[in-house]
Amino acid sequence: MLRPLHPVRPGTRTVLGILFFVLFVVFWAWITLGGHVNRIFLADPLSMLKDGWRLLTEDRFWLDILITIWRVFGGFALASIVAVPIGIAMGAWKPVEAFLEPFVSFARYLPASAFIPLLILWAGIGEFEKLLVIFVGSVFQIILIVAVKVGSTRRDLVEAAYTLGATDNGIVKRVIMPANAPEIAETLRLVLGWAWTYVIVAELIGSSSGIGYMIINSQSRLATGQIIFGIIVIGLIGLLSDFAFKALNRWLYPWSLA
Amino acid sequence: MSKLLIEGVSRTFAGVGGGQPVQALQPVDLAVAANDFITILGPSGCGKSTLLRIVAGLEAPSTGRVVLDGKAVTRPGPDRGMVFQSYTLFPWLTVAENIGFGLRERSMPERERTEVVASYIDLVGLKGFENHWPKQLSGGMQQRTAIARALANDPAILLLDEPFGALDNQTRGLMQELLLGIWERRKKTVLFVTHDIEEAIFMASRVIVMSARPGRIKSDVPVDLPHPRHYTLKTSAEFSALKAQLTEDIRIEAMRTAQTQSA
Repeated sequence: MLRPLHPVRPGTRTVLGILFFVLFVVFWAWITLGGHVNRIFLADPLSMLKDGWRLLTEDRFWLDILITIWRVFGGFALASIVAVPIGIAMGAWKPVEAFLEPFVSFARYLPASAFIPLLILWAGIGEFEKLLVIFVGSVFQIILIVAVKVGSTRRDLVEAAYTLGATDNGIVKRVIMPANAPEIAETLRLVLGWAWTYVIVAELIGSSSGIGYMIINSQSRLATGQIIFGIIVIGLIGLLSDFAFKALNRWLYPWSLA
Repeated sequence: MSKLLIEGVSRTFAGVGGGQPVQALQPVDLAVAANDFITILGPSGCGKSTLLRIVAGLEAPSTGRVVLDGKAVTRPGPDRGMVFQSYTLFPWLTVAENIGFGLRERSMPERERTEVVASYIDLVGLKGFENHWPKQLSGGMQQRTAIARALANDPAILLLDEPFGALDNQTRGLMQELLLGIWERRKKTVLFVTHDIEEAIFMASRVIVMSARPGRIKSDVPVDLPHPRHYTLKTSAEFSALKAQLTEDIRIEAMRTAQTQSA
């Protein structure tokens, strides 16, 4: 029946994918509505939806959602603008790599969340601090991955370009950069997913708005339905932005499609 | 005066992990006349590709020098167009943009570039495929584009490193005729590296046979078969005689290679 690596039919794939969600919600409903866990600690799916609806209609939760989205994309854009050129420079010019790589490799393991107290001291608890948390969390990751991708540019393409009269500058601009553009875009998509984690951490501490703030606020009132709703909203937005990013990459780089 | 002069060019690679340095190429001397079609024939690993890459400027010789049109070669340049065995079209550029790459690098105005590109698309029979991405093309079409891309720069010499090595036999035969047809009409100095004896004879006005590693020139065989050449030439008596002679030469070298590898 189950043959290794044998492809699954598209229809079956969809059904199976949805099935797990259904089973998951059924299990959740069974342990909560069936009284198997204490309702104080875990809300049931129905009250979660009810709480969510009230958040959106009465508590202007959509403002929190918007502000969180802005923080993610703002911090992420800042990190990308700084990191992509540095990554390309490191991949293309080995002395630059020798100069920066050890530090960036070290900095990448510094947890962004541990920087929050410091960032608050430096930048206060305003928007800029939130952007900085995401920036610190993303920038070193992007630099390193981009540098590795650029460093492994196909040598035969570079050689071909040289025999066609390309200068060193031309190689970087018209071979290395376009050759790696789709992979760099893929890297950014991946790191954007991580940025969603950093933003919530940033909003849990010293914040007065955003999805993370709503979640930490709900904890003190034991509103587990609201917390779960917030988490699901983050998941949905992450999924949507991922789809949008994928579609954008497909549209920008049709040549790289298999 | 010779178009291309290879003077005492050798190549030694540093030993890996403190091992003995490896000589890939013994000193080679070769003079190439203008508009000659020279094939360099040798068993795998004889250093023939290394020699070609040194002429291209992609590798530096350990000794000796390469002189093209009186100027010593120090780095790769558009006067030495190259076609590689691997498919090296830029995947993010269309067929037309690939062919125009070199022209763009030297800032030829767009109008002029479009004209030149169109003429080379015509030359290699790719009309209708101008706007295809490389990955949409067969191997033969990719190599035709690569030949057009190298020729569009109007190089002083065209270097080909087993360009048809990855193609199936039928396609390879057609590509040989295409390239030879272009050479017969346009005249160009060509260095063509191959390990295929039939290909080496069919294309060449002169076959350079190389010995097993470390490579050196073992024999220099003129091919006086008439032009234009047709594929039926491959079954003629003169062709067969040449083939028998070169097969014997190469066989000895191939056996030598096999022995050094098993030792």
